[in-house]
Amino acid sequence: MEAFIKKEFFHIFRDVRSMMILFGMPIVQLLVFGFAISTELNNAGIAIYDQSRDPMSKQLVQKIVSSGYFELQQVFSTNAEIEAGFKSGKIKAAIVIGKDFEKHFIQQDGAQIQIIADASDPNTASIISNYLQGITRAFQAEKLPNLKLPVEIKTESRLLYNPEMRSVFMFVPGTIAIILMLVSAMMTSISIAREKETGTMEILLASPLKPWQIILGKVTPYVILSFINAMTIVVVAWLVFEMPIKGSFLLLMGEAILFIVMSLTLGILISTVSPTQQVAMLLSMFALMLPTILLSGFIFPIENMPVVLQGISNIMPSRWFIIIMKSIMVKGSGFMYVWKETLIILGMTVFFGILSIKKFKIRLS
Amino acid sequence: MNDKQIAIKSENLVKKFGNFVANDHLTFEVAQGEIFGFLGANGAGKTTAIKILCGISKPTSGNIRVAGFDVYTENEKIKKNIGYMSQRFSLYEELSIWENLRFYGGIYGLSAKTIRERSEAVLKRLGLEDQRNAHVRSLPLGWKQKLAFSVAILHRPGIVFLDEPTGGVDPITRRQFWDLIYEAAADGITVFVTTHYMDEAEYCQRVSIMVDGRIVALDKPTALKNTYSCKSMEEVFLKLAR
Repeated sequence: MEAFIKKEFFHIFRDVRSMMILFGMPIVQLLVFGFAISTELNNAGIAIYDQSRDPMSKQLVQKIVSSGYFELQQVFSTNAEIEAGFKSGKIKAAIVIGKDFEKHFIQQDGAQIQIIADASDPNTASIISNYLQGITRAFQAEKLPNLKLPVEIKTESRLLYNPEMRSVFMFVPGTIAIILMLVSAMMTSISIAREKETGTMEILLASPLKPWQIILGKVTPYVILSFINAMTIVVVAWLVFEMPIKGSFLLLMGEAILFIVMSLTLGILISTVSPTQQVAMLLSMFALMLPTILLSGFIFPIENMPVVLQGISNIMPSRWFIIIMKSIMVKGSGFMYVWKETLIILGMTVFFGILSIKKFKIRLS
Repeated sequence: MNDKQIAIKSENLVKKFGNFVANDHLTFEVAQGEIFGFLGANGAGKTTAIKILCGISKPTSGNIRVAGFDVYTENEKIKKNIGYMSQRFSLYEELSIWENLRFYGGIYGLSAKTIRERSEAVLKRLGLEDQRNAHVRSLPLGWKQKLAFSVAILHRPGIVFLDEPTGGVDPITRRQFWDLIYEAAADGITVFVTTHYMDEAEYCQRVSIMVDGRIVALDKPTALKNTYSCKSMEEVFLKLAR
């Protein structure tokens, strides 16, 4: 047993490809997701068509540009230029300020601002128009503090737990789920399939080792390495992206171990049906990775999915794991708030565990 | 013969895969310390039978005892008393010679001291002392096979099963390999070997010849040559296999 685990470590450390997947990928993935997938707005190109050019309109433009979200790319002087500007791709939105802006603004009889956004990228377009509306509203409040709007319904939004709407809160739990799944499930299935492929599995089976010892020997190193990985990701996310851990660190790691074990049982299951390393790799990719990324709520909100896909997402272990991670890290929830999700993952672990042991036995006879 | 002197006893071993009968009522006995050749063309059912005897796969029916233990119920005891070298190369290529020895010694539960002593002896015997840290991948096939055999008997099993151990190896290395087999047999290890090199069949004390899942001949090589009035085992084999 001990010899077995030692050997498995040697294997992993000798194989450059394994090492890359194990330690390079998590960090790279985290950084890529962190910097590339962002729903925050930074330096979006905009254009201004200011028809009044009076002090008030200039102040508004100044306020928009100095907000930090936008970068003034072009200044238009005719309507025709707007279309050309969008086609050039340099601007995401154009702001048209109507004639006699200052006069109408002070008299409060309908100063006009038009926001034209490039909706070929619908997400960005709606974010931009929201931001711009927010800025003009703030501008209005600043200049006319005594203004009474015709209908007095004041909506006050408070964004709990993540007031700055930072997308890092979304993707760190998702990335941890993907990486743990990848390392645990894919690496174990490949390494077991490799023993089958090279014929060493037969020798192991003919040895006094019992099947459960073989499996345990194979997966133990991956449990340890995945666990180190999980901690690394959390630390990197904290250092680079200021991802908080408001809840208990111990609970977080406990849940991570549970998820790792679940992924390992999946990996074993995959290895029992794959004759070669390639098959194991492809199966892990398509049967585990893609659904994890697409259906777990990591990238696409589950609420927006068609009902059928929502149903399928229920059987994605990572969906529940992401909920747990988010609750603990962002909301600081205790175990009482995530026991249901934990139970679901535990159930899946037992289910896949029994299934893979059965499969393993069938293959023997 | 009493049970102690019989290493392997198989009565009507049958293995079916669905409708296909891979092993059809195999009946034979192998004595302790004997070198027993298990011959047959590819697909005759040799590997299937060897896997059953090693406890890797279960027979459909038959009364089989290996090292005095029943294959149905005393599987674990059998595994402790046998060594197995499979058709496919069975060492870890990414590990060094020394690490392979240590690993296999470890899974058979040998103490660190025993492993060290026996491994040294193996390296000395094979002349690989200065290459102990070389990756197994870098060794020529012949050396790998000899090493794999030494690894299979590192824990001094009562019986060693060799499934086509010399496939793809040149005649000189094969000869050296058989020297190792003789040494093992002299130490009292029963050798159960499958091969399709008929010159190797001559080295065995007794051979069985399998055709389409059945044993069609079983005797000493000289006796078989007499019975079928052939000059070599090759001729005997061709006569029977047709």
